[in-house]
Amino acid sequence: MSTRDWLLDDSPATLTQANLGRAWRMTTTLLRNPLAVAGLLIVLLLLATALFAPWIAPETPVGQNLQARLLPPSAEHWMGTDELGRDIFSRVVYGSRITLMIVALVAVISAPLGLIIGAVAGYFGGWVDRILMGVTDVFLSLPKLILALAFVAALGPGIENAIIAIAITAWPAYARIARAETLTFRNDEYIQAVRLVGGSHSRIIFRHVLPLCTSSMIVRATLDMAGIILTAAGLGFLGLGAQPPLPEWGAMISRGRTFILDQWWVATMPGFAIILVSLGFCFLGDGLRDVLDPKQGGEK
Amino acid sequence: MAIDATMAVRAGRSAKGVGGFVVVTALTFLGLLAITFFIGRVVPIDPVLSVVGDRATQAQYDAARVAMGLDRPLIIQFFDYVWSVMQGDLGTSISTNRPVADDLLRVFPATLEMATLGILIGVALGVPAGVWAATRRGEWVDQVMRVFALLGYSVPAFWLGLVGLAFFYAGLGWVAGPGRLDIFYEGLVPARTNVMLIDAALAGDWDVFRNALAHLVLPASILGFFSLAFIARMTRSFMLDQLGQEFITTARVKGVPEWRVIWVHGFKPIRVPLITVIGLSYAALLEGSVMIETVFSWPGIGNYLTTALLNADMNAVLGATLVIGSVFILINKISDVLYRVLDPRSR
Repeated sequence: MSTRDWLLDDSPATLTQANLGRAWRMTTTLLRNPLAVAGLLIVLLLLATALFAPWIAPETPVGQNLQARLLPPSAEHWMGTDELGRDIFSRVVYGSRITLMIVALVAVISAPLGLIIGAVAGYFGGWVDRILMGVTDVFLSLPKLILALAFVAALGPGIENAIIAIAITAWPAYARIARAETLTFRNDEYIQAVRLVGGSHSRIIFRHVLPLCTSSMIVRATLDMAGIILTAAGLGFLGLGAQPPLPEWGAMISRGRTFILDQWWVATMPGFAIILVSLGFCFLGDGLRDVLDPKQGGEK
Repeated sequence: MAIDATMAVRAGRSAKGVGGFVVVTALTFLGLLAITFFIGRVVPIDPVLSVVGDRATQAQYDAARVAMGLDRPLIIQFFDYVWSVMQGDLGTSISTNRPVADDLLRVFPATLEMATLGILIGVALGVPAGVWAATRRGEWVDQVMRVFALLGYSVPAFWLGLVGLAFFYAGLGWVAGPGRLDIFYEGLVPARTNVMLIDAALAGDWDVFRNALAHLVLPASILGFFSLAFIARMTRSFMLDQLGQEFITTARVKGVPEWRVIWVHGFKPIRVPLITVIGLSYAALLEGSVMIETVFSWPGIGNYLTTALLNADMNAVLGATLVIGSVFILINKISDVLYRVLDPRSR
């Protein structure tokens, strides 16, 4: 019996075998979707770039060299140099760390927050549900970017505050999903069984309700990544996010704005990085949705 | 008699619907006010300090604190705030020294002009593109449309604006540069509506009109691209739903010409959900215009907001947030109601 047969066995003997088999089936389905594979590759590229930035980048991201100001792209400087003679390619490479940190932190803050709020609202129902979802709906009915801008204005510019502001605007969507998922199975027999043997509310929510919400959460979070990247870059562009000399992509575009008519590469190059990474998350999210959440099915 | 009874019931039902709508909308507005209040009074560590500056004496500080009403309980402050907003008082901007409400009234038409042209472009191109992609499902047209739509989610608006300026203005010279008018056209037409195209047309000054259009077309097209991506994607998915149904097959079997199958049998039922989608993307354009206006120095509400942000002009920031948020909520609710009125199934 080959490993593949063992994985695809219709009647797995152990829980591990069942889980591994399911993971195997999902991976193969995902890998059959060319766009999803492209997305996966781009996201892996982002991870690798962030991890190995010092070895990939030919120069430091902050070292100035005023003799090499505003040089066009060449073999030596693949993306040219900026107004302080810094190698744009190196800055874009190091910028991947900032982007990765922002999306990771926003996801780590907002997804669990939304998940718990939504699950609690859906599980208890009644006035708890009404209050929590009322708050969620107010946040959902407001434009995200504007809300994030106002929060950063109050908190003060800076990358930490930008992350907090984006997280504040991102959680309601997760709360909605978690609530909808919870409603579909809160009266199911296995939940009632746990309740009958004396499982507390928190045990039911954390051990039995939340795990069932994770797959739709992962899909949604991946699809949201592009939006988070764009908002973070927008805040950086307006000077409200990462501060110089940090090589944040949005802030780099903002610096290049002055030179856009003559030295187009200063503003343009970081933009390509943003588009590539956002597209990667979009592709991957689309593919993951088809695998994990077939009932939503974007592709009809 | 029977007719009267049904009509009364129907009227009652719609009154109830309208009543519910008003209550929900009012609550959402109250939520919006709570958020802007929270941002303005609670998030900053010391709102007084941000007004008087750190060199003020203790007496000045205390006086400002009382003048701002910050010595009273938070809930009273909130009701005060709601009351003054309802009277149209949004405070005074520290950078323009004018009431924020007046400033916003002056700049809003510029945003409205750009967003409206943007949504017209988005609908005019997005709906046919979506229908086309749906009828050519899986072919290259469909694939191109899919990538195009995903690009709409991945391209930063401000970046596209800059590249557009570099390419179409500096490179090809097809459009005019940033701003609403060239400097020598400014002040030629009386500002009646503050919508430049309408003002110029009212004054009959077609040179100004052409110049205003040349300035407007690039930012509006870029906004239009984002709504196009969304509208085309949604149209395609609605259309696929319809084209898979049996009455479409029946129509084809009966020998109805293909264009009629698509545009009459297929398209008619999706008009109602499309209205909601268009409403949503119109609201989203008001949001997107913040970035575009900054890039194009377009004197609208987005530019006003970002300028205020950089000057730490909190009254102006919150006022602009409130207005954009309100318009956003209103458009959402209206398209919700339209959906309910137009689609008998949802009643």
